Amino acid sequence: MKRFIGFIKKEFYHIFRDKRSLFILFGMPIAQILLFGFAITNEINNVDIAILDHSKDSTTKEIISKISASKYFSIKQMVDREADIASVFQKGQVKAVLNFEKDFSSNLVKEHKATVQIITDATDPNTANTISNYVNAILQQYQKSLNKDITIAYQIVPETRMVYNPELKSVYMFVPGVMTIILMLVSAMMTSISITREKELGTMEILLVSPLKPFQVIIGKVFPYIFLSIINAVVIVMLSIFIFNMPVKGSLFLLAVESVLFIISALALGILISTISATQQTAMMISLMGLMLPVILLSGFIFPISSMPLPLQVISNIIPAKWFIIIIKGIMLKGVGLEYVWKETLILLGMTVFFIGLSIKKYKIRLE
Amino acid sequence: MSNNQVIQVEGLTKMFGDFTAVNAITFEVDKGEIFGFLGANGAGKTTAIKMLIGISIPTAGKASVAGFDVFTQTEDIKKNIGYMSQKFALYDDLTVKENITFFGGIYGLSRKKIKKKSEALIEELGLEKVAHQLVGALPLGWKQKISFSVALLHDPKIVFLDEPTGGVDPITRRQFWEMIYKAAHQGATVFVTTHYMDEAEYCDRVSIMVNGKIEALDTPKKLKEQFKATNMNDVFLKLARSPSPPDSN
Repeated sequence: MKRFIGFIKKEFYHIFRDKRSLFILFGMPIAQILLFGFAITNEINNVDIAILDHSKDSTTKEIISKISASKYFSIKQMVDREADIASVFQKGQVKAVLNFEKDFSSNLVKEHKATVQIITDATDPNTANTISNYVNAILQQYQKSLNKDITIAYQIVPETRMVYNPELKSVYMFVPGVMTIILMLVSAMMTSISITREKELGTMEILLVSPLKPFQVIIGKVFPYIFLSIINAVVIVMLSIFIFNMPVKGSLFLLAVESVLFIISALALGILISTISATQQTAMMISLMGLMLPVILLSGFIFPISSMPLPLQVISNIIPAKWFIIIIKGIMLKGVGLEYVWKETLILLGMTVFFIGLSIKKYKIRLE
Repeated sequence: MSNNQVIQVEGLTKMFGDFTAVNAITFEVDKGEIFGFLGANGAGKTTAIKMLIGISIPTAGKASVAGFDVFTQTEDIKKNIGYMSQKFALYDDLTVKENITFFGGIYGLSRKKIKKKSEALIEELGLEKVAHQLVGALPLGWKQKISFSVALLHDPKIVFLDEPTGGVDPITRRQFWEMIYKAAHQGATVFVTTHYMDEAEYCDRVSIMVNGKIEALDTPKKLKEQFKATNMNDVFLKLARSPSPPDSN
């Protein structure tokens, strides 16, 4: 036990004396979560738009004032002629132009129908889509307020309710993903680098010739990273609760247990990588390409798995991160307990055991 | 085994698939002896050492190190030997003292003993001024001496040195050999591989490996007589070049 403590102490010296690893360990999680939380977002806020109002009557004025009152849009300019629309877009000053037809108000009253054209800049299709939806919503609302007293027979009113994330805040989606990436990065990449470093320096040989048993060496190497990963997970959850007001609805204890399980599976992957790579560079490349990319692209973190082509959907099943994201989304956002995520947990557990077994086997072969 | 032989090797063989890296080598090393283990690159020296220090299991043959069997008692072997590799492996981002404490610790020395030993060691090597500096900042020759002292920290019966003088200047090499003599004088057995033939002359006995076999084994003086050479360099060249040993009958 005393040997073990000495070993851990040495490992912490390595970590705290290396600025680069310190940055990856503590700077990155905070930077990523803030970046994803604030900068990278699907929401729209204060989008600049222009208005081309051919009628300039009371109805259009009312609608325009409603739009400018919303926090989503700010009216940057008024356009006078249709011909100017193209140049407004080309200058890149606005993302959308609303074109109200002539005699809007009287058409609405007489023919019960008036048209407003929403022209969006679709060079950024997602934003364009969102803008048109938001404008539609505002128009619907206005229409509803006009029709308050009138009841129309046979009306189907779809009432959409977004559950678990009613405000559609993208940070809710990113927190579980970022947490997964960070834990993967810290656990797998940092351990694989720190083990291959000992190989490169020749100290691994000295350790293996010492009375320490190989598994003691490995546990000594990974233990500090388990500890640091847990701290990271706590920091991420705290940041999302206190800065982004994201609720954690489920049990914190279950969240912690699942996180530790995922951390251990990532550590086993890190050990596996260290057995097949001779240098720190190789270990880093394999970790980045072999682990980080699949985690980002195929885990359902950014791109929904259900809309991927079938082969990719199948491949996504072998990525531990996919299951972990399902689990923590369930716990954090839906507040579910183990009875709902036991299947995913079991898969993750199976993978962890498999990776540990494989890395022990590989490690032994390497010793020969 | 006789009490005086700390390493006994008989027909020790290591194969990797079809390739025979070490081919039935046989030799003994006496207590307190400085035993030179020579051979060209790829002759099988490192593989042989790995079997003796318990990190590689032999394919065939028999061997005991410090009285323990290399097949079954590798853990006991590890407790009784010291090892220093050609990389002088110390942790660059730890101070001299932290390195000593760490390596003492993994050999299970008590805190008191580590303290005593490290103070003695620092004084002996004249490292007082750099004891709290990171090892990475020290010159190679110093690292080598510290590395050797660390290998001796737990008073091993045998110390294995794998090309311990690579890349250091002649004066430092000379000083290093003085340290080896001192260790041998205090009762440790020294098993050393080297590329420098002048160093072979310092050994009590020398074995020369060619293509996985030990082709010559004797004192440097007798080897020179046997091969009619003026120095060990000639002995080595004659052996390494000839397809078969000159006096196999």
